[in-house]
Amino acid sequence: MILDELTVDRETFETGTGWAIKPEGACRAEVCVPLPPAARTADGRVDVGVVAERLGMPLVTDRERGRSALGPATAVTGRALTTAVAPELELPDAAGNAFRLSSLRGQKVVLLAWSSW
Amino acid sequence: MHPKGLEVVTVGLDVDPDAARPFIEAASPDHPSLIDSAHLVDERFGVVNVPNGVWIDEAGIIVRPAEPAQPGENPALESFRNIDLTTVPPDIAEVLAEARKIRIDPDLYAEMLRDWVEHGSESRYALSPDDVIARSQPRGDDEARAAAEFDLGQYLHRNGDHHGAIVHWREAHRLFPDNWTYKRQAWNFEDPVRQGHTDAYDGSWFEDVRKIGAENYYPPIVP
Repeated sequence: MILDELTVDRETFETGTGWAIKPEGACRAEVCVPLPPAARTADGRVDVGVVAERLGMPLVTDRERGRSALGPATAVTGRALTTAVAPELELPDAAGNAFRLSSLRGQKVVLLAWSSW
Repeated sequence: MHPKGLEVVTVGLDVDPDAARPFIEAASPDHPSLIDSAHLVDERFGVVNVPNGVWIDEAGIIVRPAEPAQPGENPALESFRNIDLTTVPPDIAEVLAEARKIRIDPDLYAEMLRDWVEHGSESRYALSPDDVIARSQPRGDDEARAAAEFDLGQYLHRNGDHHGAIVHWREAHRLFPDNWTYKRQAWNFEDPVRQGHTDAYDGSWFEDVRKIGAENYYPPIVP
């Protein structure tokens, strides 16, 4: 996810990374990683640096342009998937309407990645 | 297979959504056809090349992680086989000769998919959660950092700073050379015909494929 500051609200963090910040820690489906108190700022926001370190998420900063990107977690399984529970994926269709993968619960889904290039 | 409860969702990996749109409109599909301009499926599902497929069951559990997915013949690869290489310029012939070594097995993938649609979790192709995680792409610091670098690149490109994007995409390629979506997307902006060598990047489709051997471009499907 792209960041212009290193604290974000919980909802933004969850949408951007797939990790929910809960009282028990940072959670993805059945996996919860405990967090130190410093993970939450006094006003209830998420301290991205602290959570990133616990989850093994690299933070790459382009200082010249004042933007950072937070990479995916490496600390739990060391694989692209942390759990077999499908992550949420919300993307636009060709007409620009948002579509959520989770809206297809109850059906078998084959997700096919392709490209024009 | 749709009447038996299979929904197809296609995801077009294109930093420029206008590049994907004409293909979707020409196909006028009746399934969801999404555009992923940040290559988010790489980060979330471990996609590293296209076409790739992921199977998700009725409960939202992944039963096969991202793997090469060719449910039918690949028209591009087919057309390469039918070109007389003596009739094209030598540099193009060289690329086509390499592309012909790419191996796909459309019959096997279609058969696996049919079996899963028919038998669900009893299908021998539906994997356990532990196997799904273990078979998903390895992800260490380099691969995760590459995802962040690619993300910064696509953000800068889409905000009009293509030169800024190249810096980050070069770094993504260095960190994660096995990710073909990061490489082909970037090369394509410089040379949409051949994805050939340009001053912007160290590699090109031909050079990088020849390095690993085109027969390894799509790893064989492990049923």
